[in-house]
Amino acid sequence: MSASSAFNDDKGGSSSVGEAEYAYDPVSGKIFSSDYNRHDDLKEMLDSNKDSLKLEAMKRIVAMIARGKNASDLFPAVVKNVACKNIEVKKLVYVYLVRYAEEQQDLALLSISTFQRGLKDPNQLIRASALRVLSSIRVTIIVPIMMLAIKEAASDMSPYVRKTAAHAIPKLYSLDPEQKDQLIEVIEKLLADKTTLVAGSVVMAFEEVCPERIDLIHKNYRKLCNLLIDVEEWGQVVIINMLTRYARTQFLNPNINESLLEEGSGGDKTFYGSDEDEDEDDDEKEKEKKAEAAAMAKRKPYVMDPDHRLLLRNTKPLLQSRNAAVVMAVAQLYFHLAPKAEVGVIAKALVRLLRSHSEVQFVVLQNVATMTIKRRGMFEPYLKSFYIRSTDPTQIKVLKLEVLTNLANETNISTILREFQTYIKSMDKDFVAATIQAIGRCATNIGEVRDTCLNGLVQLLSNRDELVVAESVVVIKKLLQMQPEKHSDIIKHMAKLTDNIQVPMARASILWLIGEYCEHVPKIAPDVLRKMAKSFTNEEDIVKLQIINLAAKLYLTNSKQTKLLTQYVLNLAKYDQNYDIRDRARFIRQLIVPTEKSGALSKYAKKLFLALKPAPVLESPFKDRDHFQLGSLSHLLNAKAGGYQELPDWPEAAPDPSVRNVEVKESVPEWTKCSSREKRKEKKVEKPFYSDSEGESGPTESADSESDSATASDSRSGSEESGSGSESESEEDSESEEEEEEKKSKKKELKKPVQESESEQSSEEEDRKPEKKSKQQKSDSESESDEDEESESESSPSESEDSESEAEVKKKKKVAESKPPSKPVKKEKKEMSLLDLDDFEPAPSPQVTPVNTLLSNSLVTDLEGLSLSDSVLSPATIAPSSALKNYELLHRITGEGLTVEYCFSRQPFSPDANMVAVQLQFTNNSSSDTKSLHMEDVKLQSGMRVKEFPEIELLPAGETASAVMGIDFCDSTQAANFQLCTHTKKFFVSIQPPVGELMRTVFLTENEFKKEQGQLMGMNEITEKLTLDARCRNEHAIVQRVTAAANLSRVPCGSDKECRFAGRTVTSSSLVLVTVATREEGAAQLTVNCEKMVIGTMLVKDILLALTQ
Amino acid sequence: MIHSLFLINASGDIFLEKHWKSVVSRSVCDYFFEAQERATEPENVPPVISTPHHYLISVLRHRIYFVAVIQSEVPPLFVIEFLHRVVDTFQDYFGVCTEAAIKDNVVVVYELLEEMLDNGFPLATESNILKELIKPPTILRTMVNTITGSTNVGEQLPTGQLSVVPWRRTGVKYTNNEAYFDVVEEIDAIIDKSGSTITAEIQGVIDACVKLTGMPDLTLSFMNPRLLDDVSFHPCVRFKRWEAERILSFIPPDGNFRLLSYHVSSQNLVAIPVYVKHNITFREGSSQGRFDLTLGPKQTMGKAVESVLVSSQLPRGVLNANLNPSQGTYTFDPVTKLLTWDVGKINPQKLPSLKGTMNLQAGASKPDENPTINIQFKIQQMAISGLKVNRLDMYGEKYKPFKGIKYMTKAGKFQVRT
Repeated sequence: MSASSAFNDDKGGSSSVGEAEYAYDPVSGKIFSSDYNRHDDLKEMLDSNKDSLKLEAMKRIVAMIARGKNASDLFPAVVKNVACKNIEVKKLVYVYLVRYAEEQQDLALLSISTFQRGLKDPNQLIRASALRVLSSIRVTIIVPIMMLAIKEAASDMSPYVRKTAAHAIPKLYSLDPEQKDQLIEVIEKLLADKTTLVAGSVVMAFEEVCPERIDLIHKNYRKLCNLLIDVEEWGQVVIINMLTRYARTQFLNPNINESLLEEGSGGDKTFYGSDEDEDEDDDEKEKEKKAEAAAMAKRKPYVMDPDHRLLLRNTKPLLQSRNAAVVMAVAQLYFHLAPKAEVGVIAKALVRLLRSHSEVQFVVLQNVATMTIKRRGMFEPYLKSFYIRSTDPTQIKVLKLEVLTNLANETNISTILREFQTYIKSMDKDFVAATIQAIGRCATNIGEVRDTCLNGLVQLLSNRDELVVAESVVVIKKLLQMQPEKHSDIIKHMAKLTDNIQVPMARASILWLIGEYCEHVPKIAPDVLRKMAKSFTNEEDIVKLQIINLAAKLYLTNSKQTKLLTQYVLNLAKYDQNYDIRDRARFIRQLIVPTEKSGALSKYAKKLFLALKPAPVLESPFKDRDHFQLGSLSHLLNAKAGGYQELPDWPEAAPDPSVRNVEVKESVPEWTKCSSREKRKEKKVEKPFYSDSEGESGPTESADSESDSATASDSRSGSEESGSGSESESEEDSESEEEEEEKKSKKKELKKPVQESESEQSSEEEDRKPEKKSKQQKSDSESESDEDEESESESSPSESEDSESEAEVKKKKKVAESKPPSKPVKKEKKEMSLLDLDDFEPAPSPQVTPVNTLLSNSLVTDLEGLSLSDSVLSPATIAPSSALKNYELLHRITGEGLTVEYCFSRQPFSPDANMVAVQLQFTNNSSSDTKSLHMEDVKLQSGMRVKEFPEIELLPAGETASAVMGIDFCDSTQAANFQLCTHTKKFFVSIQPPVGELMRTVFLTENEFKKEQGQLMGMNEITEKLTLDARCRNEHAIVQRVTAAANLSRVPCGSDKECRFAGRTVTSSSLVLVTVATREEGAAQLTVNCEKMVIGTMLVKDILLALTQ
Repeated sequence: MIHSLFLINASGDIFLEKHWKSVVSRSVCDYFFEAQERATEPENVPPVISTPHHYLISVLRHRIYFVAVIQSEVPPLFVIEFLHRVVDTFQDYFGVCTEAAIKDNVVVVYELLEEMLDNGFPLATESNILKELIKPPTILRTMVNTITGSTNVGEQLPTGQLSVVPWRRTGVKYTNNEAYFDVVEEIDAIIDKSGSTITAEIQGVIDACVKLTGMPDLTLSFMNPRLLDDVSFHPCVRFKRWEAERILSFIPPDGNFRLLSYHVSSQNLVAIPVYVKHNITFREGSSQGRFDLTLGPKQTMGKAVESVLVSSQLPRGVLNANLNPSQGTYTFDPVTKLLTWDVGKINPQKLPSLKGTMNLQAGASKPDENPTINIQFKIQQMAISGLKVNRLDMYGEKYKPFKGIKYMTKAGKFQVRT
């Protein structure tokens, strides 16, 4: 209130200043004249016929408006000058008119005719400016005139006028929402406009008037994507935000295969956090998972819609924009729409924005904080960019701290903690408090450093600044709750602090701790209560409540010493001023002091008070903020702002993509006609033609979009065919396997929803019909693999895991090894989801899989969410789940009922990195049990090594089991021969690897690739020309086939004519680089660079075969 | 989008308001003043404030708050970026963006704001277009205007808005055709107590001043474009060409503009051109502390380190400082506790140092915190990353322009922790 009155005074003050400013003016020389008179002389000046006087008067009036002074009584005098010849006078009159028209509606009408005349002017700029002012006059009576003017301008020849028309639409809408329907028509028409000038403005109008009419976008989608880069920057922001929403309704989730993994990474949080959380939510999660799995079962494997790809491709260059808002818009688009592996590209651009003004930093950091919760890996390389400088404003410091905390993991925690140590010495105490909180969060999230953090915090207790001590106490309390037994000395230390610390929150925390763990400090607790009882009346309310609490708990555990004290405290509380405290005292007295009246409850008092409390979860305030569209105001405020359009969830099934097809046949003749560009009227509303420079680009553009759609449908059918064609055999095999498993699992697992099993069964039946095979198979195998992922299986053929680089996996392994305490938890979890496991873990003897791998498995999946985003553009999204081929090791007939199949799981073999992991799958088709399945008598070429799979003790009739063995093939395709033994028989078998399986994926950037390729020229390069198979002429299919043939990862490449892949051989780690360059008519050239010429030659053959068949 | 704009000075007066839709009462700023009061430092006012009916988005530049009033959902960065663009435009027009300058040119400011936003949506933000519409005030023009009564509103119509290159005016003419490019690199670094680098990055910009007749088409190529890791361009740069050939190809705007800003890839080690030896200690029990600071050059490739300025925020307990600089002058502000030492040029033969004692408040205990030392410096004729322009070519026009390229390295956020 005081502030408002302050500037009211102020107005008076500044106005006098203004007067002084113009005191030199000879005409208005009356400095001391009253307001009324002063306006009089302005009127005089406006009425004169000298332009210079008019201008002077208008300038003074505008200065008054700018200062917020009322100049409305001059309206009649000003409005007369609307037709003045002097441009500046005219402009200032417009400024005045727009400002006061709403207050003086009748008089404002006088000016309308001038603008109506202006609308017909031959000069486009005058037409535009007339429309601009006319539509800014907020007078309801002229709505029909405005409507007419907008409609006319929307079909004007000049794109600039059309742009102004687009700007006028939201103005009219806010004036009279009833006009919505008509305005939508205009918007529809302008959306079809092909000039960059109009695009931004009309999308803006669309967003304000009818954001729900997503159907209007369909036909213009491709055009908007293609124009985007040339639209002015503000328009780009609006278009990108709108297209984000559009894409969410029209395309499928590109991370659909990983959404279950994400669930896994959600589990990862609880895994580090608290066990209690897991227990609580487990049932629910289980249900959710099942529901999701059921939904998954119906889905086809994910193939990105080419329109979706188009959007991602065309927005990417805008990350380089100088406008922070554009960069943020693209970043949010990628975050919400891109496949996980591609999201990483935005990190660099966002980090760049941190160099900008502090307000920009503030907004960007908020968004980065939200992103780091979901996609930690993305920002890990930029950790140091978030280090805090003493010159940062506090709000920026706190946000950076948040990001650092989110980024902390086992590997970088030591550097982060070292940073935090310097922050604690900062002069900015709010920031120090935030740092202490952050340390607490790191300590809860990362078990290994908990003790270190705790010790550090305890040291802070002797800090001079009380705020620091108080904050430490609060955080220590939370940490101690996790393992109180170990730390009774810390509790004792804190008990001593009660004498000094005055901050209520800290005192309350200490008292609570002592009460909760009074049994650990039996001697000190009663003494603390004694001291507190003394000072009870002077304490803050929260401290009083905790004193009562402490008294009650002590009474229950140690009533001998504390009975009197407790009664004393309760008596004090009884007469306290605060209602809550009196209430609490009454309640506690009834509960703990046994009387004849006291009911059954008091028997349980101890249980009530000293129940084991769950440790708190220290969570980021940015958790779950991502349900708001990133970069939006609502996200920043974490509350829905007015007019916020929810970001819809991905659709279950993609709506018809053909709606975006633009009929070209019609438009082509139309365009040829309009190239004569004389006519101004047009009949077809959707296809206006204008005589602007960009008109020519029209036909080519539409032709483009046609070819786009053509390739779209091509690729779609192509991929489907390839699914059914090349891999059908192997798939069938694996199918039948999986079916059997499924049946078994169904038998076992009764909890599984009935509907699901039905649908699966029916789909299985259909599978047998060859015509319908492909689709169903896909969906089935998909659901299978999803289940695998869910069950955290190492051997699951999920393609996403392929993309992990070796280094990451190693890292994870390390992590796994250094985390023995997590063992029991994980095991428990395993057993719960046993159903999903039995395809790789023989149920009867769960000890078969070594614990080590089991652990690393779970961690691999846990960390999946993080590591995946590290590898930019990995083939994760492209490689089909069916890429893993199954080979037969032992046929049912020769094996007398025992079928053994193997596949190369393309996972690093954890006990030995030089070995190729081979997943074996045993199926007992006979009627009797098979016992003690194991390997014997391994015959190998020199240098080769084998790590046998653990013995399977029992394989009951009709059951399936799987095991993993490792073979070091020494980078050769020599077979590994061995005997497979059961308790009765021995079978000679051999495993011969295709050359493509002798490598592991490696991630290279384009530059690295080129550099490496440059070093592998000459003898090491093998080039072959080929003609691509008809179904394999798009990038997607090529990638799919190459990655199916060899375990290589995709290397990002600027040109779309080339696909590059990279890998390393497993044993010798020699680089293998593959390039497929496509030409016209399916011609292509395959280049393989590899130090090992034999491998290279064989690989060329294999890939040739894959690409030409 | 943007409903209204209020300009508020450091003492909390609203000295300008502009509305693009219906008028919003200036009492909405009360919420802003409340937030301002709560914030301890001026830069700690949250950029986005939510009020019952509106949202206030503000930026602070030149000690003026630009407060935009928003009524519905809009990307906050959109508004922030626009407000900064407004400030840049004012600076471009008036040389400085101060309260006095804005008040003096209130009509031009109003005309500019009118052109920059239409119904709250940005219309013309490109400085070249605006200059065509509204001529920047110059002393000469103001004099002519007062005598002849002519205006500072452009007579011709804003054709720039229609052109394919909206950033360039048509019909530009110069007698001396010249194009200058400044490659300026800034080193951001945090150096820890022991002198080892915690983080160091190089950010660079290429600022251009192009005064060329007609519609020149320039290409600029680098000897080592690989150094540039992350770039952002002025809209005039052809992105495709850069992607394919690593060449900057563009039709330049007329006058001063920022062509490119870049980040040098982090694989390259950053050469730190100065080192600091420091010894700042407070003894327990005594009310004095020791201050000892020496600067020296390091990895400067033979170039002189100039305009060195050291500043440090000393702990609150410090009352005053008695220091003795071997060169330059120092000041200590006993209110803000800010110590600044203007060193000037570093002479490698005789290293500059600042030594002496600090007096603490009597009875105050030893401060916990350690001050950080911020250093500014300049090195002429060198881009620390080693970036070199290979050649600059002009197409599209017949004349031969004069070309010049200058390199400079500066300290960005260069901090030494003690």
